[in-house]
This record gives sequence, structure tokens and C-alpha cells, in this order.
Amino acid sequence: MLIERYIYLAIALFCIGIVGVLARRNAIIIFMCIELMLNAVNLLLVAFSKMHHVAGVGKSASAGIDGQLFVFFIMVVAAAEVSVGLAIIVMMYRNTHSVDVNFLNRLKH
Amino acid sequence: MALGSAIMVVISRNPVHSVLWLIVTFFAISGHYILMNAQFIGIVNLIVYAGAIMVLFLFVIMLMNLNAETEPQKNKWLKLAGVVAGGCLLLVLVAALKQAEVKGKVALLGTGDIGLIKNLGKALFTDYVVPFEISSVLFLSAMVGAVVIGKK
Repeated sequence: MLIERYIYLAIALFCIGIVGVLARRNAIIIFMCIELMLNAVNLLLVAFSKMHHVAGVGKSASAGIDGQLFVFFIMVVAAAEVSVGLAIIVMMYRNTHSVDVNFLNRLKH
Repeated sequence: MALGSAIMVVISRNPVHSVLWLIVTFFAISGHYILMNAQFIGIVNLIVYAGAIMVLFLFVIMLMNLNAETEPQKNKWLKLAGVVAGGCLLLVLVAALKQAEVKGKVALLGTGDIGLIKNLGKALFTDYVVPFEISSVLFLSAMVGAVVIGKK
């Protein structure tokens, strides 16, 4: 499979995530769109790791393995981020009885 | 399939439907990983994302009883501005890719053994042992932080 197709797929997923963050007001859906963007990057990393493996297979047998390990670490960090972020959203809901992010502009005045 | 369900995540009104569409997206992405013979990453994606994180999202939505509520809609122009900004970013990225020299490079499907758990584990515990330990400390601090925030 040509690498460009994976790049186009990842770009499209990432842009859908961006549109979701910009256009929605529900904090949980904004959070899920961030997950979508992380997954687009993960897909691109795995595709590039396979491409690098094809390119460098003569030099070392494990060329391109770094990309997949980075994907693993991104998943670890995303899991930690989700747990803390959802705790923050639950606390915000307890204080304001809403998950609308526009309530959070109180810091302005 | 991944693209269609990702669009459904953004446009569905009900947050529970949004979560379910996101699970479909993750399944499609896992299919791509397995097609590229990155089996460990594919399985971990299924277990961690589609299993754990999405259940956490669903749990929070059910806990806050948001599933039937219609969120107050944003200003139409603001929403349109968001979509236009995303489309512009898509256009810029695709135009940048047109100039790049990636033509003809291939990612072979269904071959190669770097995605197998044996090779990944060997690399993880020899070359990447320090980041692994640091990520365990990060997990501990995230757990403590979530408990402290949730206790208030």
C-alpha cells in the first residue's frame, strides 16, 4: 500500500478532530475529538514505521521498531490524560451542573 | 469506514451515540494496524482505547445523566467558522503533501515481524527501559491526581 494513502487518511482524521474541537461545546465531545487526533497520529506513526522497515531492512533487522514503541508510549500518556481530564470534567459538572465549556470563561471577569 | 464513523462522532447530537461511533472508528483503526502486521499495537489499541477509555467515557456520561439532554447550540457563524478553519487546515496539509517527496514509498502489508510482541518487548526492555519507568511514574501521579480531584 502506498504511504500517501495512509497520510491522507491520517490528515483527514486529524482535521475531523480539529473541526470537532472547534465546533462543539460539550466538554466530553471535545475530549473525544482529542482522542481522535491522537489516534490519527498513531496510525501515521505505524505506517511510517512500516515504511522505514522496508527502507532499512538491509541494514538492521529491527529498523522502524521505534515508531511502534512511540505509539505505545502515546497510548500510555493518553490513558493517564483521560483519567485526569475526566476527573476534572466530573468536578466541573458538580460545580456548574453543566458540561458547557462556555461557562469556563468566568476567568475573564 | 474510519472516516465515516469519525464524521458521525462530530455531528451526532447525543453524546452516547458519539461514544459508540468513536468505538467503531477505533475498531477500523485497529483493522489497519493488523493489516500492517503491527499485531501488538492493534490489540493494545482495542483493549486500551475501545475497552477501557471508552467505557470510562460512557460511565461518566451515564453518571452525569447527559444522554437525553440536548446541548445548547453554539452560534451558527461560530460553528461555520470552526468547519471552515478545519477545512483550511486540511487543504494546507494536502497541498504540503503534494510537494513532499514521499512518492512511491510503500508500507508493506502483512509482512515483517517488527510488530510482533517478541521483538517489541525486546526493544522496549533494552533500549527504552528508562522511558518505560518514567511512564510508570507518570501513571502513578495521574492516579493520585485523579483521586485528589475527584475527592473534593
